[in-house]
Amino acid sequence: MQKISVLLFLAWVCFLFYAGIALFTSGFLLTRLELTNHSSCQEPPGPGSLPWGSQGKPGACWMASRFSRLVLVLIDALRFDFAQPQPSHSPGEPPVSLPFLGKLDCLQRILEIQPHHARLYQSKADPPTTTMQRLKALTTGSLPTFIDAGSNFASHAIVEDNLIKQLASAGRRVVFMGDDTWKDLFPGAFSQAFFFPSFNVRDLHTVDNGILEHLYPTMDSGEWDMLIAHFLGVDHCGHKYGPHHPEMAKKLSQMDQVIQGLVERLENDTLLVVIGDHGMTMTGDHGGDSELEISAALFLYSPKALFPGAPPEEPEIVPQISLVPTLALLLGLPIPFGNIGEVMAELFSEVEDSQSHSSALAQASALHLNAQQVSRFLHTYSAAAQDLQVKELHRLQTLFNKASADYQRLLQRPQGPEAALQTVITELQQFLRGVRAMCIQSWARFSLGRMAGGAALMAAACFLCLLVSQWATSPGFCFRPLLTLMACGLAGTIVCAGLLTTTGLKLDPVVLGAMAAAGSLLPFLWKAWAGWGSRRPLVALLPIPGPVLLFLLIRFAAFFSDSFVVAEARATPFLLGSLILLLIAQLHWEGKLLPPKLLTIPRLCFSASTGPPRHNGTHALGLGVGLLLCIRLAGLFHRCPEETPACHSSPWLSPLASMVGGRAKNLWYGACVGALVALLAAVRLWLRRYSNLKSPEPSVLFVRWGLPLMALGTAAYWALASGADEAPPRLRALVAGASVVLPRAVAGLAASGLMLLLWRPVTVLVKATTGASRTRTVLTPFSGPPTSRADLDYVVPQIYRHMQEEFRGRLERTKSQGPLTVAACHLGSVYSAAMVTALTLLAFPLLLLHAERISLVFLLLFLQSFLLLHLLAAGIPITTPGPFTVPWQAVSAWALMATQTFYSMGHQPVFPAIHWHAAFVGFPEGHGSSTWLPALLVGANTFASHLLFAVGCPLLLLWPFLCENQGPRKRWQPLGRNEAEARVRPEEEEEPLMEMRLRDAPHHFNAALLQLSLKYLFVLGIQILACALAASILRRHLMVWKVFAPKFIFEAMGFIVSSVGLFLGIALVMRVDGAVSSWFRQLVLAQQR
Amino acid sequence: MKDTDIKRLLYTHLLCIFSIILSIFIPSFFLENFSILETHLTWLCICSVFVTAVNLLLYLVVKPNASSKRSSLSYKVTRFLKCCIYFLMSCFFFHVIFVLYGAPLIELVLETFLFAVILSTFTTVPCLCLLGPNIKAWLRVFSRNGVTSIWENSLQITTISSFIGTWLGAFPIPLDWERPWQVWPISCTLGATFGYVAGLVISPLWIYWNRKQLTYKNH
Ligand SMILES: [Zn+2]
Ligand SMILES: [Zn+2]
Repeated sequence: MQKISVLLFLAWVCFLFYAGIALFTSGFLLTRLELTNHSSCQEPPGPGSLPWGSQGKPGACWMASRFSRLVLVLIDALRFDFAQPQPSHSPGEPPVSLPFLGKLDCLQRILEIQPHHARLYQSKADPPTTTMQRLKALTTGSLPTFIDAGSNFASHAIVEDNLIKQLASAGRRVVFMGDDTWKDLFPGAFSQAFFFPSFNVRDLHTVDNGILEHLYPTMDSGEWDMLIAHFLGVDHCGHKYGPHHPEMAKKLSQMDQVIQGLVERLENDTLLVVIGDHGMTMTGDHGGDSELEISAALFLYSPKALFPGAPPEEPEIVPQISLVPTLALLLGLPIPFGNIGEVMAELFSEVEDSQSHSSALAQASALHLNAQQVSRFLHTYSAAAQDLQVKELHRLQTLFNKASADYQRLLQRPQGPEAALQTVITELQQFLRGVRAMCIQSWARFSLGRMAGGAALMAAACFLCLLVSQWATSPGFCFRPLLTLMACGLAGTIVCAGLLTTTGLKLDPVVLGAMAAAGSLLPFLWKAWAGWGSRRPLVALLPIPGPVLLFLLIRFAAFFSDSFVVAEARATPFLLGSLILLLIAQLHWEGKLLPPKLLTIPRLCFSASTGPPRHNGTHALGLGVGLLLCIRLAGLFHRCPEETPACHSSPWLSPLASMVGGRAKNLWYGACVGALVALLAAVRLWLRRYSNLKSPEPSVLFVRWGLPLMALGTAAYWALASGADEAPPRLRALVAGASVVLPRAVAGLAASGLMLLLWRPVTVLVKATTGASRTRTVLTPFSGPPTSRADLDYVVPQIYRHMQEEFRGRLERTKSQGPLTVAACHLGSVYSAAMVTALTLLAFPLLLLHAERISLVFLLLFLQSFLLLHLLAAGIPITTPGPFTVPWQAVSAWALMATQTFYSMGHQPVFPAIHWHAAFVGFPEGHGSSTWLPALLVGANTFASHLLFAVGCPLLLLWPFLCENQGPRKRWQPLGRNEAEARVRPEEEEEPLMEMRLRDAPHHFNAALLQLSLKYLFVLGIQILACALAASILRRHLMVWKVFAPKFIFEAMGFIVSSVGLFLGIALVMRVDGAVSSWFRQLVLAQQR
Repeated sequence: MKDTDIKRLLYTHLLCIFSIILSIFIPSFFLENFSILETHLTWLCICSVFVTAVNLLLYLVVKPNASSKRSSLSYKVTRFLKCCIYFLMSCFFFHVIFVLYGAPLIELVLETFLFAVILSTFTTVPCLCLLGPNIKAWLRVFSRNGVTSIWENSLQITTISSFIGTWLGAFPIPLDWERPWQVWPISCTLGATFGYVAGLVISPLWIYWNRKQLTYKNH
């Protein structure tokens, strides 16, 4: 019964974390579906004739083009006030001294001299205000979010319809120079391109000087229809110095000269657009949604008159994406399919025609085209995704229908009243603004409340883990109150939720889950508050020992620095190595490593030895050095993050098939198979040492025969995969078939092995012996509770005791028959044998999903976790009757090792580094339309180390008991307390109790399992909490979408995988425990018969 | 334990600190372009020589553990040779540890080795001076309840703080500040030096504060 309650409680704690993660994610990660539809010239956006003026002109698309060429100058982070004209100060006042004000005075001059040719706007960017997201918005006219679902994670290329694509398909030449982000976004779209590296934000001049070198020559050559120049100097100056620095004035003056030079060279058919993609804060950063970040300058200039009126006193405020439909129609292109921007109607008025009526009609027709396109997009989008509000959608649709009908009516009576025209324009604008507002509402808002709520939930869950793991070790621990509290909270929340739904309130499932979690947490927190109150000092709340706390704090803090997140692959082995050395030093400091006589001062008698050390110094030192060596070797398999260009990725991560040299390939293949064999041999050796391979149990048979078969299959698959191209043609079909069958066969074998293990987990050899002389030893009556430690160590385990009690009554009746006695070999390692078998079975399919040479990392993984377990076991004392505890340093080291192995398997927490090829193992032809299977395969590949370490976590509890049998063989001299015991002894000394000590105290065993898993969840939980906090606090950091957000996603996925694995591992131990119990019961029954 | 002992300890430690400061300033009179960061390796050698010399000098003058029995010259020579071998071994040992910790294996071997030398200077040389080439004594000093005099106590503190300084010195390496001192192994050697100096300062103070609680077994 208690087992179920442990599992239930664990599941509930996991649920708390999941609810927190989900709530945080829903507030932080903005999602949207990407549509791949494209607009085209031939296909008008809606019914009805194409507007006025477009008929009959060659090359005209939805509308006649007004400009044939465009120069787009993108000055990164050009905040609006950088470009704002400064009022000419009166002689009395001191001049404005801010370095960024009034430096672009050529704009001011143009606006004054040619008011009908130029306009300055204040454009409002939608957050997130990071360059890549802004570039997406500026070309697609949509609201980019972090996860544009449906896009390929492996590349940043824009799949949605955009201006550049439209230009290219219309046969226009697009020339680009500047920031190389565009290379990833629009691969192959430019007729000519000059890319410069954008990564180094401390470098102010490389990009700008590179552009200036090419800008004017290209412009004069005339080989272009659209010229894009993306300057980065201003942005980098902001990041490096902030806007309030003289350097900013220099940079802006340089930009001023650039614009001046361009204006002088413009021809009549060309439009000049100067735009900032976003602003910057007082400190020069951007990414968030503050006023300074979202306000950017937008300046338009045309050598021929474009605007009918003079510019307004205060520049107009326009959404940044308005530029997209405006430019598309001005250039005679179709508006990109997914655009939700509104055309800037002012630019469509007829300047030569003095009649205001035709001007208004032209504006209305542009707006109508725009509205038709937006309506078409809404229709397609809402059919594909459900995240838009239905009611609002409906209202907007009716609004559009009405406006459209009005517009059609207007077209039939071209000389209608002025007022009707204005109404139509207003209606269309209302529709477009409504759509934008709705989309922003559902796509592009950080929800601070949800983020804070999610983080708080995760923090509370961590606190709960800490609290309960401490309770679980206290002697008077009882499960029942825990479950009652949990059930109370859950029930209360369900009732509340039910009440809420009856009142007609519709709740998001995420919010509902979070509410349930918070509601069920409250009783716990209340209990903790009441229990702690003022009676206990605060120190008792932190049961973690100082050094480990320091390590956890360092790890926590490291998530807040982008450099450390990027360098985590190197930082984790460093921390792990330090922790290991610290463990050894601590053992030595405590005097557990060396015999005490070495440590005493020879001159005087020093008698403070606290029991003999269980391991000698060289043993522990050897383990430590071996561990460090393994970690260093595993570090050779690393993939470099793209942020560090100087680093070189290990060449061993690529599959063997990509190697050219035949000899080297064969050698590597040999090494990989060798690693496989070594892994297999090590596991079998271990099982033979600690358990029994001769038992006729099916799972043991599987280990003996199935594992080598799996290894054989893996080796054969590698041979095929690495040499598939070299196969002779007539064997091609065979090879193709085998490369489908082999991985599936290995996976199937592993699955069936796991099933067998679950079915019959007890791998014990039963020796049955008959004999009257032995009968009496079994019949020895138990002589009361143990009185001394010696007694305790040596007393018959309770199971035997129980059996004896059972036998006694029966045997007294059947004394004459000479009944059987039973000796079970290797009962002492029954739990860990099952764990190790399960881990091996799990490792093989995971191994298959990786490149061949990663098998060496798997070997290292097993080796180093073995060494670590031994080292930890040296420091963990066995407290025989319980409570059993696993120390914090063991759990932290285990979690660190899981992270370290994640990196040495060639992963990085960024999307381009995901091993997509794993989806094709066993499915070389792809998966058709199913998505869950490839996702599962890629996920298993990515989180293999998380899974293995989480499943293996119970070994931390079991191993010290396992190591017990190394010493005590000779330790026991017969004490001769009484005759009966002396006679029992030989039988027991064959078999130290080891893990049976755990069975001796089932209550403590369950509590220890609970405590172990809560500790592990705590260590993982503070990692995910740190990631979440970092992502939310640094949400306007330059690197938030490049480093922090992907790290959060990977950490969250890793947490989910780990918690599931942990749950499975604990469940497996409990299954074994149940099987052992039933095995004893059967034995008793067999005896009775 | 008397206050004079602590005073002597303080003076010797001040001398050690002084030798490190000298190693920063004296070479610039003889060498052109000398600076800690740019000619780091030269500084490492000089600092190591200075600190070793001062330690030996202090050992000969102060004689913290005056051994009672007279010993012959040959004994002294073998003892000295043994010390040299121990010092070399500790350099190699530290080098191996650094590589295991993630230092590059093939590139920058000289830098890594000199780093090992300076760390040995801060930790092994005082041990050798005070305890002689006697591993058992070392192991005893670095365990709980193992110290027998304030000299050993201060040795314990300075050695551990040197290690901690070295360890902390590795933290700035991944940061993207692009400072010249973030290059391997400069931040670590500087960390070791600061740790050593901090240990030299802290240990007399700590012993002075805790002089009531400290009772050594051989007094
Ligand atoms: Zn930008
Ligand atoms: Zn920037």
